[in-house]
Amino acid sequence: MSLIEMSGVDRVFHVRRRTGLLRRQRHSVPAVNNLSFTVDAGEMVGYLGPNGAGKSTTVKMLTGILVPSAGRVRVDGLDPARQRRELAGRVGVVFGQRTTLWWDLPLRDSFDLLRRLYRIDPATFRVNLDRFTELLDLGPLLATPVRQLSLGQRMRGDLTAALLHDPRILYLDEPTIGLDVTSKAAVRSFLTQMNRDRGTTILLTTHDLDDIERVCRRVMVIDHGRLAFDGDLPALRARAAAERTLVVDLLTPTAPIEVPGTRVVRVDGPRQWLAFPADASAVPLVAAVMERFPVADIALREPDIEDVVAQLYAGSASALS
Amino acid sequence: MAGPVREYLLLVGMWTRASFQYPASLAILTLSQFVLAVLDLAAIAIVFTHTRSLAGFSLPEVMFLYGTSATAFALADLLVGNVERVGRHVRLGTFDVMLVRPASALAQVAAEDFSPRRLGKLCSAVPVLVIAVVLLPVDWTATRVLLLPVMVGAGAAIFAAVWVLCSAFQLAVGEQIELLNTFIYGGGFLVQYPLSLYGRDALRLLTWVFPLAFVNWQPALYVLGRPDPLGLPTAFRFASPVVATLLVALAAFAWRAGVRHYRSTGS
Amino acid sequence: MSVYLTVARHMFRRQSAYRTATLAGGVTNTVFGIIRAYVLIALWQSRQPQVRIDGYDVTDAVTFCFLSQAMIATVAIFGPPLELAERVRSGDVAIDLYRPADLQLWCLAGDLGRMSFQVLARSVPVFCAGALLFSVRVPTSPVVWATTAVSVLLAVLVSFAIRYLVALSAFWLLDDRGVQAGATALAMFFSGLTLPLVLFPGWLGTLAQALPWAATVQVPADVFLGRWTGWQAVGALAFQLGWAALLLATGRLVTAAARRRVVVQGG
Repeated sequence: MSLIEMSGVDRVFHVRRRTGLLRRQRHSVPAVNNLSFTVDAGEMVGYLGPNGAGKSTTVKMLTGILVPSAGRVRVDGLDPARQRRELAGRVGVVFGQRTTLWWDLPLRDSFDLLRRLYRIDPATFRVNLDRFTELLDLGPLLATPVRQLSLGQRMRGDLTAALLHDPRILYLDEPTIGLDVTSKAAVRSFLTQMNRDRGTTILLTTHDLDDIERVCRRVMVIDHGRLAFDGDLPALRARAAAERTLVVDLLTPTAPIEVPGTRVVRVDGPRQWLAFPADASAVPLVAAVMERFPVADIALREPDIEDVVAQLYAGSASALS
Repeated sequence: MAGPVREYLLLVGMWTRASFQYPASLAILTLSQFVLAVLDLAAIAIVFTHTRSLAGFSLPEVMFLYGTSATAFALADLLVGNVERVGRHVRLGTFDVMLVRPASALAQVAAEDFSPRRLGKLCSAVPVLVIAVVLLPVDWTATRVLLLPVMVGAGAAIFAAVWVLCSAFQLAVGEQIELLNTFIYGGGFLVQYPLSLYGRDALRLLTWVFPLAFVNWQPALYVLGRPDPLGLPTAFRFASPVVATLLVALAAFAWRAGVRHYRSTGS
Repeated sequence: MSVYLTVARHMFRRQSAYRTATLAGGVTNTVFGIIRAYVLIALWQSRQPQVRIDGYDVTDAVTFCFLSQAMIATVAIFGPPLELAERVRSGDVAIDLYRPADLQLWCLAGDLGRMSFQVLARSVPVFCAGALLFSVRVPTSPVVWATTAVSVLLAVLVSFAIRYLVALSAFWLLDDRGVQAGATALAMFFSGLTLPLVLFPGWLGTLAQALPWAATVQVPADVFLGRWTGWQAVGALAFQLGWAALLLATGRLVTAAARRRVVVQGG
């Protein structure tokens, strides 16, 4: 049995809009539509989607904050809607935009409080806290009230708070948002290490494609409440990678050049971007360009994830599936 | 049952320790709570420089009514006062954070930002009650003496239940409604005085609809040996614990319903 | 000059955005007005309703009660404290001190903008609610109305001057919450909100009527009630003007001292 199971889950929000002084119009917004997937123990899954796609809603349903309108959710054999408190002890959550720590208390006190709330064995607690303090460099921060920590420091605190009780699953809702490059790298390597050392199953919702590339082995893309893609990174690239790009630097700015088998996607002064089918060889095209036009330099670009995902968001996934 | 209480006490302990980090601030805030409460008392004292009885009640009798209701209110405020902030938690998204922890949401919201400064109100109410008891020309039978802690305890429970009910309503509606505070603080204020001075209709409302009459008025009628203006049977004088229990049960139910509604509709 | 008008208008508009808070505030004022009115009625009835206590009969007292509740928002008895206080604490005030506009005048303009909104959105509805529920005394002479308007304006000036000084105290005190709490308590008691100042006995009454807080609520209310007419009214306005002038002047001196302090400390 999988660790996380969602089958046929619907989640509808009833929105009331003000039309006029007193009247309100109600209409339903399906945030999640017939969503089904499973996650096995030990997986590291990235959950991508544009704003409003249903990412946060999914995490809320997995943790029991929100109850599905229809369908079935099982996490570690439990129903989050009915067994929220029992499940809470086996799960850790990190919210990118809110802290799970207590604002006015020093970090150490927050951790101590969590130890008692989660009924963590004192020996285990000590071991875990020492380990995380070392890994995340929390030493100098332990006595500081959470309110005085920077965003990166607070995120490290939140990560610790979520893992102190050795949860089987860790959910992260946009954890790297607003962090600087160093902090992002630290968070990513920490997550990878947790998954490797402890087998913690990780579900990470994010906008940041670097998070996906560096941390996750599996990616789910959700758009308008539906699962648009579920697979690993190579499959994601292959899925929408219909085109590669030749970046041509001409000697002088010219009108868009025409080469059979390519189309000009973009022109910026002397530089032009030519797209061509990914399964075609670039060699004859390069030769054709160089033969007909004065070229200063040429580069070949693989499709990167951004393009791929943008295509998926744009609904071109339906054209490719 | 033990679970939420344990969680509440844990959190309260932590918050108390946090508030002691700034002892000067704590002292000032406690003092200001005390002073504000004393002003209400000063008002009563001034009123009685112009008369010997208010709605037929003497100064010690009014002090008794004030002392019991103020103590009950201060206790409720101390224990669950901050539960009214649940509206703000919903708005800021911090209620979700509470739902993710393996602890009762009510215990967390009620314990949030607990501060010993509320003891300031308690410290001004209790002496008044003591003085009133000393001054009252009442025959202190065993029943009357026993009724005192029962009154205050039940009164505190009633206020606490009303607090939780108002908060549960905010949860169910998913919004912060400041108007509900008027109910709570207005209610706490009006029971400081003999309820008969608000008129018979108000008295009926406060007995049958918003049962604040059971916070101190009904039991006080027995302690002070006074007839009930509404003519209700003697059993009503001792009904406070029953009313308190009913209200607490209602509040618990309402809270659960509120949380269930929040989890079904999101924010 | 137009700068200050802009500030005033800006504050007015900002206040008007808080619709629910204003409504909630108005309801709270009305509810507490009702409760206090009943207590005052009970006091007069314990003697004889038509007998005057220190010049007030029961209708005067009830009118005063709702006038004072109506004035709460206008003269900001329970705050909010001036934005200046927060800006001093955060250090943003340095920007204000470098502005070519006069700091005190700037804050005053903002406060008048705020007050204009509160008069319309809270004071008037609260008093009307009281007038509907109880019998109150409303002046018929346009002269009295005009004098009251002037008196209210002077009351706001006095109240502003006090709050300005409280806000500036943050320059010297690390934690000004104590001063705020103290100022609120004094304002509540000595403005006549808890009880009309005429009820204060002996030396307390004399003292209360001489303090600046009397100028914020008691004086305009008495003008409205027709207690001060003719030369006495002029005297009352002069009392307000005197306190306003004294406190505003003190404010200017303190601003200069604060400015020096900022320069010395480097912000």
